[in-house]
Amino acid sequence: MTTLIERRAIGASIDRLDGPQKVTGTARYAYEHHFDNPRYLFPVQSDVARGWVTRIDASAAVALPGVVGVLTHENAPRLADTSDRELAVLQDGWVAFRGQYVAAVVAETLEIASYAASLVRVSYDEEPHDVELRADRDNLYAPAQVNAGYPTDTEQGDFDLAFSSAAVKLDETYGTPMEHNNPMEPHTTVALWEAGDLKLYESTQGPNWAAETIAQVIGLDPGRVRIVSPYVGGGFGSKTLHANTILAALAAQAVPGSPVKFALTRQQMFSGVGYRTPTIQRIRLGADADGRLTATSHNVIAQTAKTKEFAEQAAVPTRTMYSTQSRRTTHRLAALDVPVPSWMRAPGEAPGMFALESAMDEMAIKCGLDPVGFRIRNEPEIDASTGLPYSSRNLVACLREGARRFGWGGRDPRPRARQQDRWHIGTGVAASTFPVIRLPGSKARITYVGDSRYVVEIAATDIGTGAWTALTQIAADALGCGADQIDLRIGDTALPEASVAGGSSGITSWGSAIFEAARVFRTRNGHSPSEGDQAEAATPDNPEGGKYAMYAFGACFAEARVDADTGEVRIPRMTGVFAAGKIINPKAARSQIIGGMTMGLGMALHEESLVDARFGHVQNHDFASYHIPASADTGQFDIAWIQEDDTHVNPMGSKGVGEIGIVGTAAAIANAVYHATGIRVRDLPITPAKLLR
Amino acid sequence: MKPFRYDRAADIAGAVATLAGEPDGMFLAGGTNLVDLMKLDVMTPDVLVDVRCLTSAEIEDLPDGGLRIGAAVTNSELAADRKIRSSYPVLSQAVLAGASGQLRNLATTGGNLLQRTRCVYFYDTTTPCNKREPGTGCSALEGCNKDHAIFGASRQCVATHPSDMAVAMTALDAVVRVQGPSGARAIPITELYRLPNQEPERDTTLDHAELITAVDLPPPGFSSNSRYRKARERASYAFALVSVAAAVQVRDGVVRDVRIALGGVAHKPWRAVKAEEALRGWPAAEESFRAAAEAELEGAAPLRDNAYKVPLAANLMTRTLLDLSGQR
Repeated sequence: MTTLIERRAIGASIDRLDGPQKVTGTARYAYEHHFDNPRYLFPVQSDVARGWVTRIDASAAVALPGVVGVLTHENAPRLADTSDRELAVLQDGWVAFRGQYVAAVVAETLEIASYAASLVRVSYDEEPHDVELRADRDNLYAPAQVNAGYPTDTEQGDFDLAFSSAAVKLDETYGTPMEHNNPMEPHTTVALWEAGDLKLYESTQGPNWAAETIAQVIGLDPGRVRIVSPYVGGGFGSKTLHANTILAALAAQAVPGSPVKFALTRQQMFSGVGYRTPTIQRIRLGADADGRLTATSHNVIAQTAKTKEFAEQAAVPTRTMYSTQSRRTTHRLAALDVPVPSWMRAPGEAPGMFALESAMDEMAIKCGLDPVGFRIRNEPEIDASTGLPYSSRNLVACLREGARRFGWGGRDPRPRARQQDRWHIGTGVAASTFPVIRLPGSKARITYVGDSRYVVEIAATDIGTGAWTALTQIAADALGCGADQIDLRIGDTALPEASVAGGSSGITSWGSAIFEAARVFRTRNGHSPSEGDQAEAATPDNPEGGKYAMYAFGACFAEARVDADTGEVRIPRMTGVFAAGKIINPKAARSQIIGGMTMGLGMALHEESLVDARFGHVQNHDFASYHIPASADTGQFDIAWIQEDDTHVNPMGSKGVGEIGIVGTAAAIANAVYHATGIRVRDLPITPAKLLR
Repeated sequence: MKPFRYDRAADIAGAVATLAGEPDGMFLAGGTNLVDLMKLDVMTPDVLVDVRCLTSAEIEDLPDGGLRIGAAVTNSELAADRKIRSSYPVLSQAVLAGASGQLRNLATTGGNLLQRTRCVYFYDTTTPCNKREPGTGCSALEGCNKDHAIFGASRQCVATHPSDMAVAMTALDAVVRVQGPSGARAIPITELYRLPNQEPERDTTLDHAELITAVDLPPPGFSSNSRYRKARERASYAFALVSVAAAVQVRDGVVRDVRIALGGVAHKPWRAVKAEEALRGWPAAEESFRAAAEAELEGAAPLRDNAYKVPLAANLMTRTLLDLSGQR
């Protein structure tokens, strides 16, 4: 058991410390770092989905005044390590997906670079491509493991027997489409080579991880790559490391001393910087006459790229959510001629829980039970995936508190029973879960600089989450001083290394390192340190790690209004109640949850990357045709927390709030749409076309 | 983006004369659509002749009781105009249903009429598109076509016209005034637009260097009893799945006269002539409205992904007419 920090700054709704810089435009994002005479990169993308580049005619581009050079696979610097095919940009003429970089123009202005890129003529020896994910493919395969190291398949008890003899059965298939992360700030790199050192101003979620990978790929001593990323305009999982950054680094190598700027256009965001794989998910549930689950099966089919495997872990949440006598989960992949799928907010949980929580709603109806009560009835005592007790699990409290706040009680379960003017009205609920992840590889350094001030350094990055503020609060409580005595420095690999901002792990991983450094600092220097006193510590392993299963839980309630004439869906209100440990900064956490739930609303109603199989790339690659919800699409958000004193997760008692907001939202909305209309849409997004009868 | 020249003229005649000598040039007004398309190399004019300050930015009374909307009147100003709002509410509603506040502040009346389609293949220079590159083929015909036409399409093009404003103007029988190298002329808006047929690269019947100078609205009549209804995939900034602009005159429970135009269903704002004919003289009741809508939709030819537009258009027409005749 861990002793939690005495909380003073933690738990306070401190305004975002970086807010003034952001609203006044003085917070510098990657592209905004100023240089004299930078060069600009504009890529040439393949317009075939598979084949060999046979010829590149860059003569017209090179002849254009202001063009510095055109990089192709014939003249690009060689990379030291091309084992990660996604990052092996311009190393040979092979085209693995449509939209791949096949050349890049470097020029004195962005306008010249983009015009010159349009003049580069590329010839291909095109091969037939294969980009369609279907359940009936005969070449689906089982990966060795799925993301985050989870086993591909699990089997608990005799599912077949239990399902065949179940009193109530459900067997349905759910689908989620390809979705693209699309942070507001596009992927951006400013690369500068000086005296053999590579410096990158980079829009990244993981400065250290990116720097180490770049060093390895390019063949540099890791100490010679530095990444600066104090402010990042969103990532949602897509700002790990993709070929765009390597391309900028290669181009900068060709013009040493000159910084090369490369920001993707919105259209370019739809190829090569990650996306959520489409999924096809078969769920089978069996229950006894009392509505207790006896059989649970979740079979996931997703896609990956032929060049690199990415196995979305969509069935993983089903391994822990509910009590069931038997359980089977499987993942199968189709390897296609497509860009590599990647992380997108709550990878695994977001698509997987759409399927499971839609099925739970359908099953509750089949059992004649209220969807809230049905879930509570199937609450497990331990985590079946590990056999461990939960460090804390408050799903039931979330469901009950959510039901109370939302006004769920007395709900008429009949579908299509409420209408106001021309709107069908319905309500729906779904549960959420996300694991507590502690990543290794973070160190924090604390220095007393006199005048009651402490400098706290860690190469963490704030991708819009509020990390600047939350880490300051943690440091203050860890040191037992005021937040205004902390000078936090993040977003630079010159600082002590930090793990990636992903998996809702930042506060747990970085905060634990800061806590440990503060403990060492106080042990060594007491409470009256001398100027220059310093301590550094790494994120310790969690001694409780093997003893407990650690997850955050939540419940999302949604009201849907569906226009009887048009099938248009509007969501006037949602309630989200979350049990996510101690909330470091309720204001920032609320923003995180609203963002997650809004993204879940987009997943439910709007987002879908349309691939034309004849061509192989995303056709609706802009915000006029790829819709995400904006202010007019969101209604009232009621966000609440179940207070938890979890002494097992980390010294802050926090579980992470970056992802759990999106997890249950799409299913809650789909369930509400069913309740409103009697139409069960099992393939997202729920568009008017699917509701018009 | 391809380099281009930028030119200005002292007056309309000068602008027309300048562009007449520039076969690959274009007029520039608000630029909210054209400049985007140039950034994507979808349109590559070699010269832009700026007409933003040349045409009228005023809405004036006409002697017959109608209104003349200067081509440079912004969408925001048009939607907010008191006379438009009271006498032609369908037009104000249509303009406000389109784009965003920022775009409406910049976009002009003339430019709005000449928006290009939002077909995803038109916007993607790596795929065939007859409208962008004549003779290359229509990718949408057997591709992603959920947003495409159900009326009047050809094998060459199944795109739709994206404007909301033009749909309302079509229902209002607006007249578009243009000035060109061979003088001025007035074109009924129903004749401004054309179906794709064998020349989908041509959206309108305008000749090169003809400049829209104004749009005339006929005297109000029953257009004060009008409404625009747009079905869209989200509440904020989205192009119409289907929209309806309608005006109806009901006396003694009978439809005396009616105007209906549909958006999002064809290469041009679609005047629902068959529905109008089916309604005149019939009771203003749900059965006649639905029958009229269905009469119109008998001619629909949906594609792979857009069959939903048929019931959607029928429902929208029926509901809008019911609302306009004071029924729910």
